Amino acid sequence: MKLGRLVPEAVLTAVLLAAPFVLVHVGFSYDLLERILDWGLIGLGFDLLFGAAGLLSFGQAAFYGTGGFVAAWLLVGHHLASVWLALAAGTLAAGLVGLGVGALAVRRIGIYFTMITLAFCEMGFFLENSPLSAYTGGENGLPGVPVPQLGPWRLTSGLPIYWLLAVLFLAGFVLARRIRHSPFGAVLAAIKGNAARAGQAGHSVPGYKLAVFVIAALYAGLAGGLLGVIQSYMPPDAFSLDTSGQLVVQTIIGGVGTLIGPMVGATVWLWLRDNLQMIPHVGALWKLILGLIFVVLVVALKRGIAGELRHLFTHRRRAAAEAGVPEESTDGAPMPLAAPDLPLRAPLVATRADAPALRAIGVSKFYGGLHAVEDVSFQVRPGAIHAVIGPNGAGKSTLFKMLSEEIAPTAGRVELFGRPITGLGVTRATQLGIGKSNQLNQLFLDLSVTENIRLAALARARGRFRTDLWRGADSIPAVERQVALATATVGLTHRAAVPVQVLPYGEKRRLEIGIALATGANVLLLDEPLAGMSPAERVATRALVREIARGRTVLIVEHDMDAIFELAECITVLYEGRKLAEGTPEEIQRNQAVQDAYLGGLHEHEPA
Amino acid sequence: MPSTALLLSQAFNGLALGTLLALVASGLTIILGTLGVLNFAHGALFMLGAYAMYVVMAHTGSWLLGLLAGGVFMLVVGVALERVLVRLFYQRPHEDQILVTFGAGIVIVEAVRAYFGGNTKSVPTPSWGQGIVRLGFLFYPTYRLELIGIVAALLFALYLVLYRTSIGLVVRAGIEDARMVGVLGINVRRAFLAVFALGVLAAGAAGMLYAPIVSVQPDMGGSFLVEAFVVIVIGGLGSYPGAVVGGLIAGEIVSLTSAFNTAYSEVMLYAVMALLLVLRPQGLFGSEGRV
Repeated sequence: MKLGRLVPEAVLTAVLLAAPFVLVHVGFSYDLLERILDWGLIGLGFDLLFGAAGLLSFGQAAFYGTGGFVAAWLLVGHHLASVWLALAAGTLAAGLVGLGVGALAVRRIGIYFTMITLAFCEMGFFLENSPLSAYTGGENGLPGVPVPQLGPWRLTSGLPIYWLLAVLFLAGFVLARRIRHSPFGAVLAAIKGNAARAGQAGHSVPGYKLAVFVIAALYAGLAGGLLGVIQSYMPPDAFSLDTSGQLVVQTIIGGVGTLIGPMVGATVWLWLRDNLQMIPHVGALWKLILGLIFVVLVVALKRGIAGELRHLFTHRRRAAAEAGVPEESTDGAPMPLAAPDLPLRAPLVATRADAPALRAIGVSKFYGGLHAVEDVSFQVRPGAIHAVIGPNGAGKSTLFKMLSEEIAPTAGRVELFGRPITGLGVTRATQLGIGKSNQLNQLFLDLSVTENIRLAALARARGRFRTDLWRGADSIPAVERQVALATATVGLTHRAAVPVQVLPYGEKRRLEIGIALATGANVLLLDEPLAGMSPAERVATRALVREIARGRTVLIVEHDMDAIFELAECITVLYEGRKLAEGTPEEIQRNQAVQDAYLGGLHEHEPA
Repeated sequence: MPSTALLLSQAFNGLALGTLLALVASGLTIILGTLGVLNFAHGALFMLGAYAMYVVMAHTGSWLLGLLAGGVFMLVVGVALERVLVRLFYQRPHEDQILVTFGAGIVIVEAVRAYFGGNTKSVPTPSWGQGIVRLGFLFYPTYRLELIGIVAALLFALYLVLYRTSIGLVVRAGIEDARMVGVLGINVRRAFLAVFALGVLAAGAAGMLYAPIVSVQPDMGGSFLVEAFVVIVIGGLGSYPGAVVGGLIAGEIVSLTSAFNTAYSEVMLYAVMALLLVLRPQGLFGSEGRV
């Protein structure tokens, strides 16, 4: 790891060391600093959940309260003597509750997710308040939480407890930052950007969501336990909705996605509360003012305090990097490498030596009375370029989505090298070696070209789910070779560091193929790879498809007949959801039924 | 086992709570269903309605005037909120919509706190609602009894607006496919404004009606917001019948559970929601994958 990458850790260490000596002069008591770091600690987990993975939880108070009350109950009731063990137990308990709540919550997306977390938070509040009040003290909370003992020292309130919080916060920050930059963190960013594509690339989206949910719960649990220790008292309002809401506000004000943001936001919130409350007329207004600032930040898409600071420091560097990007040559041609030998490939497991690469058996998809695809059977020879053609609405894209397991067929099944894949879902199918580039680009727009392609390669190297939290996302040599080769193959090496949203359309189209390629698929489905490209780009992309087909099987949907007749060795024609004909390009060109249904109509009304 | 009389009176209490929840949740659900926006400010708007009733009652003593003036006030608030804020967010991610309405809720709550202070206000019961009615099996406060009828009438009026008028047709079509409605040449923006204002009015009306029987203070909306969420999860997101039936079910769950064990009344509500999420995640009246 390069030393330059440790700048944030170094700055944070310096700030934490200086804070108790400097900030006391501007209205920060030790107690205030401790509470700021405690909020910052929940915030680290919350920022992984919301900032990194895009999951907006209003339920963090449930885990904060769980960690706090489990630790406090163990200590106050003399079930455990060691504060350290009690903190660990509280953290673990919060993680377990997070596992349960998360298992329900991550099944749903967007508003559903947020509502469920909120509802469980409220459930925790009522559980603490009445049925469990014999253990939690109900509305009174649990007083008398002891301070921890470290060797010969009692960490009494004031500076000693501050140092404890500072060390734990720093450790939490280092871990959270490693997670962000790990392969695990790369998948989280992909889920935030485009969860469907992350799953299509071979990552178990529910698995990662649940894992980060539990990580956030663990952070909240530890912070909850520490709250009791700081105050010698565990307050019941740890469970309240306001706790969750305050965390959200602090995170937005401090800067979402910066890890440090929630702590910065807590500094603003708590300092204002402690220092403005005394001033008449203003005292009641501080929360109103913060609320207005919050709304403005959300409306104007501002980055928050830490976000603006980071932007200030990294902006110039990034602008320079983007200015240095060479413009593409005018003909827009990618320069494919000779037959890309990607280091990471799906294992070739054929059940029989003569098994077709891909086989559809009576596949149908009905939407109510609409028969989008009806009883289609065909097979693809290993190593072939096989085309599926048909007029608009023939069911080509629906068929492709069933072949790649994105949607389940109403009837029939699909076999990959003789192995049935129907019912496995797109993530498992991808892991078994089928890849697809989509008709409409499904890219991670906020990430760079390299990060887009890396995401696919990581799925091949790491499988559906893995919690490698500590290593760097770019530290797996085989993945990096795969990324370099796949990027070069689709002719985007000169764009590697550029955020995808600034790429022109033709390059985005090639990146779409590059992602599918980098999954290490043995069977690649290309859904209209030439759509929307200029004539020059079409020529180059045809060459690219031929190049890709060396060493893997390609199934292609395309409206460009010249390209199809040049590339494909076998063509399947769909018409109104049914298979109309199948054969070599010559046979299809001669086929009267195809000409009537499709080619004639195309040449008359729809110049390709 | 509690006595039959207790169960009956709790069932009746559940009806009263259920109609309140149904009214709050119906406003939430028509906004969600039509605009796709989960309005986190809904609890604050409920509170604002209660304060509107408090102000008018304190100055004029007229309940009816409070309801009318409060209604107009809530419509103005709804229109302003949609025009100034919510409209900017139709194309933004759900998370941003949640954040901005949550922020708007904070601003409303804190503005009320800054102006009225944080202590509880009491709103008098109207003269025709005072006293207690004997219902055979139980004694019941007159106003609460009348409220059940008033709220049922309001819910029926909302039903008529949604299912018997052209704006209602636009709203229900918008729930299915807002873009298609726009393609048909219908002014979706104006329909959206009307729906948002109507949803805010529903929240405000609930606040006004219940002001005399709940403690009116700035934070009163928070727990109603979450319970309304539970109601629409039970009923199915964006479904008006779901909100009404879900509200009644939620009210009965809370009331009947407390006949057995008061401590678990609220907890049971969330437990039922969790169970439903496992067994029927789209809710009672929702269709899969709509929101």
